[in-house]
Formats: sequence, C-alpha cells, structure tokens
Amino acid sequence: MSAEQHRDAIERIYRTESRRVLATLIRLLGDFDRAEEALHDAFAAALVQWPAKGIPANPRAWLVSAGRFRAIDAARRGARFDAARAAIADALGARDTPPHDVDDESLDDDLLRLIFTCCHPALGEDARIALTLREVCGLTTEQVARAFLSTAPAIAQRIVRAKAKIRDAHIPYAIPTRADMPERLDAVLHVVYLVFNEGYAATSGEAMVRVELTREAIRLGHLLLELLPGEGEVCGLLALMLLHDSRRDARVSADGALVLLGDQDRARWDAAEIAEGIALAERALRSHGRGTYAVQAAIAAVHAEARSAAETDWAQIAGLYDVLLTADPSPVVELNRAVAIAMCDGAAAGLALVDAILARGELASYHLAHAARADLLARLGRTAESRAAYERARALATQELERRFLERRIAELGAPANG
Amino acid sequence: MKYLCLIYGDESAWQSRPQQDLDAMTAEYLEYTRKYRQTGHILGGDALLPTGSATTIRVRDGKVSTTDGPFAETREQLAGYYLIEARDLNEAIQVASGIPGAKTGSIEVRPVRSMPQFEPLYQQAVTA
Repeated sequence: MSAEQHRDAIERIYRTESRRVLATLIRLLGDFDRAEEALHDAFAAALVQWPAKGIPANPRAWLVSAGRFRAIDAARRGARFDAARAAIADALGARDTPPHDVDDESLDDDLLRLIFTCCHPALGEDARIALTLREVCGLTTEQVARAFLSTAPAIAQRIVRAKAKIRDAHIPYAIPTRADMPERLDAVLHVVYLVFNEGYAATSGEAMVRVELTREAIRLGHLLLELLPGEGEVCGLLALMLLHDSRRDARVSADGALVLLGDQDRARWDAAEIAEGIALAERALRSHGRGTYAVQAAIAAVHAEARSAAETDWAQIAGLYDVLLTADPSPVVELNRAVAIAMCDGAAAGLALVDAILARGELASYHLAHAARADLLARLGRTAESRAAYERARALATQELERRFLERRIAELGAPANG
Repeated sequence: MKYLCLIYGDESAWQSRPQQDLDAMTAEYLEYTRKYRQTGHILGGDALLPTGSATTIRVRDGKVSTTDGPFAETREQLAGYYLIEARDLNEAIQVASGIPGAKTGSIEVRPVRSMPQFEPLYQQAVTA
C-alpha cells in the first residue's frame, strides 16, 4: 500500500469508526473533552504507525487502546506538577478494562450511551441538537453553525455549556432503564426530527432544503434503527424522513420556485427512498410500539404510492389523520385533516373545518393555515376573499421561497376587481 | 452526589383548599419521606411557611435594608426542600419526581457544589 492509499484508508476508517471510538473513550475516560483529545491523538498515532506496520485487524479496538493509553500517559506526565492530575491518572488507570470490553457489541452500547447523553431532556433543546450534530454526527462547530444560520462562537458556547451541565449535574453516561426508555427515546427522536425538519423546511433564509441536515438526520435514523431494531417509532421516524426526502428534487422547480405536492413531477421522486420508506412504514405500523411517527409515515406512504395526484387515496389519508388526532391532538394535524377532507368531500367541507380552527385563534399566525384557506376559497370561486387570505399568509411567511410562491398565487388570481 | 430539590407551588391555590386536602397532602409527604429516608436518598428537608411570612434583607454600603415578602414575585413560590443523595442526575430525577408537590407545582433539582473545606464546620456544630 502506498502512503497515499494508507492515508485514504485511514480517512475512511475515521469516517466510519471515529464516533464509536469517541463514544467508548468518553466512557473509559469519563469526560467529553479528554476523550476528544484522546481520539485526535489516536488517529495521529495511526497516521504514523499504520503505514509502517500495516492496518490492524480491528482498527476500532486499536484506536480505543491507543487513545486511552495516550490520555493516561498525558495525565501521568502532568501529575508531576499537579496533584489533581495525579488523582485523574490514578482514576483512569483504575478503569483498566479487559479486551472484551471493546468488542463490537459494547461499542454499540457506547454509541447509544453517547446518543442518550447528548439528547438528555435535562439539556435545552438547542443544546441537544448542537451536541448531537457535533459529537454523534461528527460535524464541525462551523458546519453546525452554518446549518443553523448561527455563528461558530455561539454554537461553541452552547456546546461548552451543555458539557458543563453534563459534568456538574452528573448526567450519567448511560442507556436509560427500561422504565425510562419510552420518554428518553422520544427525546432522541425529537432531536432527529428537528434536525431533519430544519434541513427539509428551513424556517428562514434562501435555500429551501439544507441537504446536509436532512442527510445527517437520515443517517442518525439508520444508526438508531441498527442499534434499537425493536423500536417501532425509530422505524416510523426513519420511514417518515425517507418518504419526505424522496420528494426533495421535485419540491423546487428549475427556476428555484416551490412546487406543491399535487403539482410535483412524480418521475423525479427518489424511487429507492420510497421503496425503503414504504417497507419501513409497514414494519412500523405492525410493530408493538406503534406511535405518531408510524402514522405520519403511513400518510406519506399513501402519497408516495399514488401514481398521480388525482389517484391519491384521500379517504385513507383523512382516516389516518383521525388516528393521528386521537393519539396526538394538535391544531396543525387538524388543519392537515381538513385539507384531506376537502379533497374527498369537497372544498366547502374543508373550508368549514379550516374556518373553525382559525376561529379558535390557535393558528391565527400560522401562514400555512391562511394559505390552505386561500386555496379552498379560490376553488370555490371566492376570489377576493382568497386574495385577502393569501396576502395574510404572505405577511406571516418567513421563508423566502414560500413568500415567492404565495406571491405567484396572488398574481394568478388576477387583478383585484374594483367595486 | 448531593442535590437540593426545591419545591415550588402556587401557595394561594393551597390556602383556599379545605383542611382534609391539606391533611391528605401531609400524609403523602410523610409516606414519601419515610420511603426515601429508608433507602438513604433523603438527607434532610423542611416545609416552609407561606411567603407572607418572608422578609428580604439586603446590605448596601454597610446599610441593612429590610423589605416585606420574597425576593421575586412569581406565579409559583418556594414551599419547601429536600436535600437528597443520588448516584447521578437520572437517579435524582427519579427521586424528585416522587415528591408529592411535583403533581401540582414543580421541583427544581440543583446539584450541590462540593466544598470540602466547609464540612468540618458543620460536623463540629452537630457534635457541639
């Protein structure tokens, strides 16, 4: 193997193994920052030693012991000057682990420990997201900052605070107990869902889809499914993300305009993602812990299965929204159900439901509620009211592409009639 | 690891409750305290009189100022506390979520800062 081939091989191993190695080093060293340093040192050592001695049979285990050895060594060297460091070195030495502790199964457990710690509900939502992208996905602070239209120092600060809380409040590096699992898994899935949504429906700014975030969220979904294959909601969330992501290329036209589901060129949907998403949605619906992600995935699957917008089984979609409303009542779900009802029972029936939701005031400042109402009014020929509703929606929309889309709709309604 | 569990609740709501509700609440607290005292989690704790009895003290430029009432007017007031011993935050959350007041108010779980230089002072006080 040439030096270049070695470098490529090590880079590949970094991509596939670095998070698992980090997860184990955090357990062995008991500290995020020390573990990150040790991970860095371990790969630095690999770059020197592997080209000469060859790549070890189990690179993970090699990297874990190299990292741990270097951390203990560094603490011992510091110990000559500092009594506190001597205590650390002793503690690290005391955590001596037999070789079986770095087998693949225990490394999987470490990765779960890392995920559950980063998504601990005692951390703020922003901190959970930043920490997960940084530690579990291995994104740089700069990448996280770019994805969330923030600055690197702001994100770095958020991560430092989160790590300080983990340390000071003794958030354990542990997989939740069986009793805590449902709630804790919810918190993890919520982080993944937020990352996906931020990527898929960027709440502000120019680009409609921030691909790197959707990709990381789907990667996390696959990883969680691999680690927790029996959890129905993991399956459901991954299915939901894949089915939404399958429409990525069709959602925005060549000139950069937003295209609604009904108008999308279905030939541009990603068939492979749809096939995987539908299979996972079915598995999620059959599974024991079936929840709201599974039902949302089922709705996305019904859309994905329709060869054209006209062939969509709206009755089934309305029925699935009924199920969703019972499990997780929310005005947004009600709004989606109203749109489905409008598709099977007519625009007037849908409009009555939308008006009732808006009358309660909960969605009064939600732009999509007004856009849905405007669309139904237009279909009923109530053009002036439709225009007013579209204008309300445009005033409330924060996303540039959505605003442009709403402006186009207003233009399509024609000039306002005078008198 | 020690945690202080601060129990917050809407005291005006409690003041209008009938005596039997207060008695039931006291019985619940008794049972809770007995249970976690036995497991070694609860190190100590107290219930506080309502904020109407509170006085806030400030010293500025050597001058003591005394005002009526608690430091901040909030919807929920500090009503009591437990000092607990727990392995980690997960265990602390588990113990704190059993506090009867968690069902109506909220519990703030704060890790206690470890300051070994203070410990001898308290041990003396106990034995004196």
